[in-house]
Amino acid sequence: MIVELGHFALMLALGVALVQAVAPLIGWFRHDARLMATATSAARAQFVAIVVSYLCLTWAFISKDFSVAYVAQNNYSEMPFIYRLTAVWGAHEGSMLLWVLVLAGWTFAVSVFNRRLPSDMRALVLSVLGFVSIGFLAFVLLTSDPFTRLFPVPADGSGLNPILQDPGMASHPPMLYMGYVGFSVAFAFAIAALITGRLDAAWARWARPWTTAAWVFLTLGITIGSWWSYHVLGWGGWWFWDPVENASFMPWLAGTALIHSLAVTEKRGLLKSWTVLLSILAFSLCLFGTFLVRSGVLVSVHAFASDPSRGLFVLGFIGAVVGVSLALYAWRAPRFKADGELRLWSREGFLLFNNVFLAAACGAVLLGELYPLIVNAVSTSKISVGPPYFNTVFFPLFGPLFVLLGFAGVVAWKRAQLRTIVQRLRIPLLLALVAAAVLPFALVGKTAVTAAAGGLLAVWIITTAVAELWRWVRSRNSAVAGLKSISRATWGMTLAHIGMAVCLIGISFNSAFSIERDARMAPGAVEHLSGYDFSLGEVHAAEGPNYTALIATVYVVKDGERIATLHPQKRTFRPGGQEQTDAGVAKGALRDLYVSLGNDFGNGTWGLRMYVEPLVRFIWYGGLLMFIGGGLAATDPRYRLARAARRVRVAADAAAETA
Amino acid sequence: MRYRYFIPMIVLVGIVALLAYTLNRGWSTQPEDDPTYVPSPLIGKTVPAFDLAVLATPPAEPPARFTQADLKGRPAVINFFASWCVACRDEHPFLMQLAHGDQVSIIGIDYKDTPQAARRLLGEHGDPYHLILEDPEGAMGLNWGVYGIPETYLVDAHGIVRYKQVGPMTPAAWRKHFQPLLEAAR
Repeated sequence: MIVELGHFALMLALGVALVQAVAPLIGWFRHDARLMATATSAARAQFVAIVVSYLCLTWAFISKDFSVAYVAQNNYSEMPFIYRLTAVWGAHEGSMLLWVLVLAGWTFAVSVFNRRLPSDMRALVLSVLGFVSIGFLAFVLLTSDPFTRLFPVPADGSGLNPILQDPGMASHPPMLYMGYVGFSVAFAFAIAALITGRLDAAWARWARPWTTAAWVFLTLGITIGSWWSYHVLGWGGWWFWDPVENASFMPWLAGTALIHSLAVTEKRGLLKSWTVLLSILAFSLCLFGTFLVRSGVLVSVHAFASDPSRGLFVLGFIGAVVGVSLALYAWRAPRFKADGELRLWSREGFLLFNNVFLAAACGAVLLGELYPLIVNAVSTSKISVGPPYFNTVFFPLFGPLFVLLGFAGVVAWKRAQLRTIVQRLRIPLLLALVAAAVLPFALVGKTAVTAAAGGLLAVWIITTAVAELWRWVRSRNSAVAGLKSISRATWGMTLAHIGMAVCLIGISFNSAFSIERDARMAPGAVEHLSGYDFSLGEVHAAEGPNYTALIATVYVVKDGERIATLHPQKRTFRPGGQEQTDAGVAKGALRDLYVSLGNDFGNGTWGLRMYVEPLVRFIWYGGLLMFIGGGLAATDPRYRLARAARRVRVAADAAAETA
Repeated sequence: MRYRYFIPMIVLVGIVALLAYTLNRGWSTQPEDDPTYVPSPLIGKTVPAFDLAVLATPPAEPPARFTQADLKGRPAVINFFASWCVACRDEHPFLMQLAHGDQVSIIGIDYKDTPQAARRLLGEHGDPYHLILEDPEGAMGLNWGVYGIPETYLVDAHGIVRYKQVGPMTPAAWRKHFQPLLEAAR
């Protein structure tokens, strides 16, 4: 009964979404305020309906209702409670339900926080979100219904894919979806701007916090995904340029470009049509990512169930949504006039370069993603595009971007003073050069070109960012007053840039110095790896809640002293006997020691894979800093609409007086 | 109206066309059109060496051995299966049908499984195999490049791999790829 209620609530949500999409649009054309106002209540009603639907499916998982096909496929009676909750989004149908839930959540947030938005803008934004919701609700109901019953009812389920039974994987999809779907709000603002033809500083100020918030979640989602793959896949890597990883990375690149171009649009009234285009592209790439994952067009380690009819539906939906938006763009964007001239030698000019590099990087990833399909379309051969391509094209594009980052705070809007820039950047440049020489030795005890270059750029970014804050504080009467006067957005930007630098140190040092070794070891055998002695103790069996595990004990000795005892596991899950490794990791800020247990070769010998991973944690620390920085920037009080509206009014009055 | 504002739309149309084309090929019956199809490097090569115990009912002590040398002389269909493999149950009725038809003898490789579990499975659903070999560690599967079961290989009388079917065997795939090669080899 509860399952049918969930199904019914979902159909109800589709009906409400239709109202939310169509009624305000008609209201806008007819200048009917009452019709436009339906958007808000429809958005809230839709949210409630989808929450009910989602809870019903969750209930089916908690109560182990195996008469529901989706539950039978992804649940298992012995599975721990927490994984019964996360199994709801463990496969296609439920994860699409999570997607619509997140979309309804963002729409609900827009309806709550944007009460002071002009009524036509609010109505149009909610209407666009309603259209997106229709597409996805129809997708779930028509091709991926999670509420379908199964007969005969199996005695037990077949269990959640073991690689998903991990805390990282439990939180990765919701965060990623928060990011993906969050860009739908930026998209809705862009479409509303195209429809109304109004694109001014106020519009940019409305769109900015939403865009930054989406970016924040996407950043966190990607960071968790990277951490999860490092921890669970047992390959010791943190990024594989896998097609599905790229699918989440492209919107991140476009979104990063977007939050910067929005700053130019707000402060200087420039790059207007480019900002709108980026908003459309960022969201299109999110849809494209969903398509890639769900259609099975690309082969990937993320081997999700693939079904051509689903792929075709999503593709048709992308074609419709993006096609209509780009047609609207081609028609309306030419009328956006810049409020002045763009000089390259200014902050807006530098931000334009930032956008050029980010867009080029995004394009390069997209090309790598599509190239195998192009080759396969014109010939029958199969190729895959892997790390060699991505590393070759990516780093030349990101290097200049990191150099530019150092100029972020120093270069003034409108027109920059060369003398000031040189004066302010002298010391950071000097420190960065020293760091390039010293940092690799200080952190790892040896050096390499990649690490020196990474250290140089990272210290350049950090010192310039900190120097700007320092100068600001010193210009005030007291340090406390100075620190207090720094806006939250500035703190956010500084922290996010430092996060990027920390991430860069992690990436460059790790790629320069990480070492791996595969070995066949008997208990008591010792392997020497980069100054560490790994020795195998015993391997014993243990029982988990729904798996049996082989647990090895590995001792790590350095300079005659035991520094870590690791317990890599190999788990065999019931039912089905799928195997899953769980690496033994000795975490350290400066290096991880990582062991994963491989095959049993018989006669007491085991395959072991050992890694020494210097500074790998910096990559995720950097991601976290970007997340916190973005969070601070998105919640800056100046975006609160009441105050912003007042300020706009005051500014308008002042302008009227001077005119 | 300025033309450069249309560029994004033209790019989109190109990408959507490419994806739609790729997706459509996924529906065709040509294996090389399936986006998840990975050509096996083994095709046209001699079978990798193996030496496995024969699963006998009741268990024989010591168990008989079967190696690649025993394959020679007639074409063989080699099917990787396991009691824990859900997709294998999809193809099981069709394999039974083939076994009854007496057209061919299928060698089953019990992949990463226990003899007890395999016996129970075949006891319940019927045994379509001429011969079953035990591959409890998946060593043969590793050498043969099995990446998910069920997988079915066609080996000719000279011990050369001629075709590989990934995923459950279907009547269509059998008629299209296995039957012609088997008849040619006869």
